[in-house]
Amino acid sequence: MTNAFAADAVMAAETKKNSLTMGKKRISDELLKGLIYLSVACSLLLVAGIIGYVFVKGISSVNWKFLTTVTSALEGTVGIAGNIVNTLYIIVLTLLIATPIGVCSAIYLNEYAKPGRLVRLIEFTTETLSGIPSIIFGLFGMVFFGNTLGLGYSILTGTLTLTLMILPLITRNTQEALKTVPNSYRFGALGIGATKWYMIRTILLPSAMPGIITGIILAIGRIVGESAALLFTAGSGYLLPQAGIGLLNKIMESGGTLTIQLYLSMAKAEYEVAFGIAAVLLLIVLGINFLTKYLTKRLDVSRNK
Amino acid sequence: MEIQKDLTIMGSNKNKSAAEKTAQSVFTVSALIAVMAVASITIYMIINGTPALFQVGADKLLFGTKWAPGALEPSYGILYIILTSLIGTTLAVLLGVPMGVLTAVFLSEMASKRVAAIVKPAVELLAGIPSVIYGLLGLMILNPLMYKLEMKLFMGSETHRFTGGANLISAVIVLAIMILPTVINISQSAIQAVPIHMRAASEALGASKIQTIFKVVLPAAKSGIITAVVLGVGRAIGEAMAISLVSGSAVNLPLPFNSVRFLTTAIVSEMGYAADTHRQVLFTIGLVLFAFIMFINISLTRILKKGEHNHD
Repeated sequence: MTNAFAADAVMAAETKKNSLTMGKKRISDELLKGLIYLSVACSLLLVAGIIGYVFVKGISSVNWKFLTTVTSALEGTVGIAGNIVNTLYIIVLTLLIATPIGVCSAIYLNEYAKPGRLVRLIEFTTETLSGIPSIIFGLFGMVFFGNTLGLGYSILTGTLTLTLMILPLITRNTQEALKTVPNSYRFGALGIGATKWYMIRTILLPSAMPGIITGIILAIGRIVGESAALLFTAGSGYLLPQAGIGLLNKIMESGGTLTIQLYLSMAKAEYEVAFGIAAVLLLIVLGINFLTKYLTKRLDVSRNK
Repeated sequence: MEIQKDLTIMGSNKNKSAAEKTAQSVFTVSALIAVMAVASITIYMIINGTPALFQVGADKLLFGTKWAPGALEPSYGILYIILTSLIGTTLAVLLGVPMGVLTAVFLSEMASKRVAAIVKPAVELLAGIPSVIYGLLGLMILNPLMYKLEMKLFMGSETHRFTGGANLISAVIVLAIMILPTVINISQSAIQAVPIHMRAASEALGASKIQTIFKVVLPAAKSGIITAVVLGVGRAIGEAMAISLVSGSAVNLPLPFNSVRFLTTAIVSEMGYAADTHRQVLFTIGLVLFAFIMFINISLTRILKKGEHNHD
């Protein structure tokens, strides 16, 4: 690709030197070029504007107390510690359920399945699952996990709903990673007498690990930013779990994540709190973004070797 | 004796084959979970979404224009809600796609490697920002601007109901921004997949760089760009939290300065307290949205298949 572009650049330079239209500028060309630069400038301005605005507006309400206490009407203080804990709960639980399923399903698709109707069905549904909007997941989670299974508004309901949502993300990333493992690894292991499962466990999964981890981190980003699927499943509780057995009980209690709290504050016109949460969220999202970039780069390097 | 048994190839064969079989069945079941999930979502949406169609009457529900679930004689017409989603999505795509495609053109055809390495990750950041933050910014920045515009335009009007800036335009702008990263990403890979010899041939015939881009490269990348548009439509029609406060909350004909309600925002804003028929109607709204999404998904698979054939 790089060489092709270099060649393109050289060719472009050559064309300019020898072209009949040298020196003449086409008005339509200049106009379109202007439009292109305008679009790029708009996109960049949007990114910078959004990030800058949120931080400028939000940073003043973020302090130690805001991060480590729970909103108390008695003392008149606002804090998001409960929401941070809820978010962590949901991230950890969702990944605990979704990662094994997603990885196993990718292994099936890549290593076991023979092309045919079943594989096409699985791939189509995985594709569909990633296209369904989160509000639909929210409705389904509310009726199925909340009512039919009787879990109510709880962190567990939210977790199960999000599991379905991030499943395609993990499956697809693992699949991509498995595809980059050279076939010689597989044949080598099988050739010296390893069974298939042994080969997958000791050769394929370690080689595919960076890809799987990238998928997990992308999933964390998705969970942190999710709101519509959680509003009617995990509810909006904002209290910290009790110590001891309370830590387990919390799973069955309602718990609003940072995004839900942001939405509720916004709806109640508490804009300072909303911007504070937005700044925290944005920090997390930016962190995740850089982490993913870093990991994919490392993955690429190992591939080039 | 036992140690020796472990060391022979045949000795532990039984255990091994049991482990093999278990592993394979675990993998198969995991892979089927996606199928089961889509199947049960479809079934649940239909089970919960259809009763209202019979209770209220399909034509009254789908083509009725009066939405008054709380009235003494409740009326559940969702035509304006459907229209708002369709028109809002179309406008957002009309706004977001050209901007996204042009940015993609810049990234793959005009930018130097260094510039692209800065612009691309920056644009990708847009995809990671949670939708509630878009909503917050829309509420705090776009709505006041729209309110000023509204005041100017409708100063003396007696028929216009003032919305405080929470209107269709605000929602469309937010949606357009939100689909931007999807459009840029997909169309950039489509543009980069256009073989270099097509560009070379065009430039050899004396076409300028811009002519090559718009007359050769973009038509060749057509199927990828269509994919980008379809994915953008899917993302825009399904977005809820970003526009639920920005678009206002009254059910109205989707005119630019009207306060409107989308399929998604109707669910978000009323599901919390709705009961009985009202609740079931909200599920019908969900079913309508689901039908649109399935239609989009299926046409996407069609397009992708077609694209594959073309490249062969």
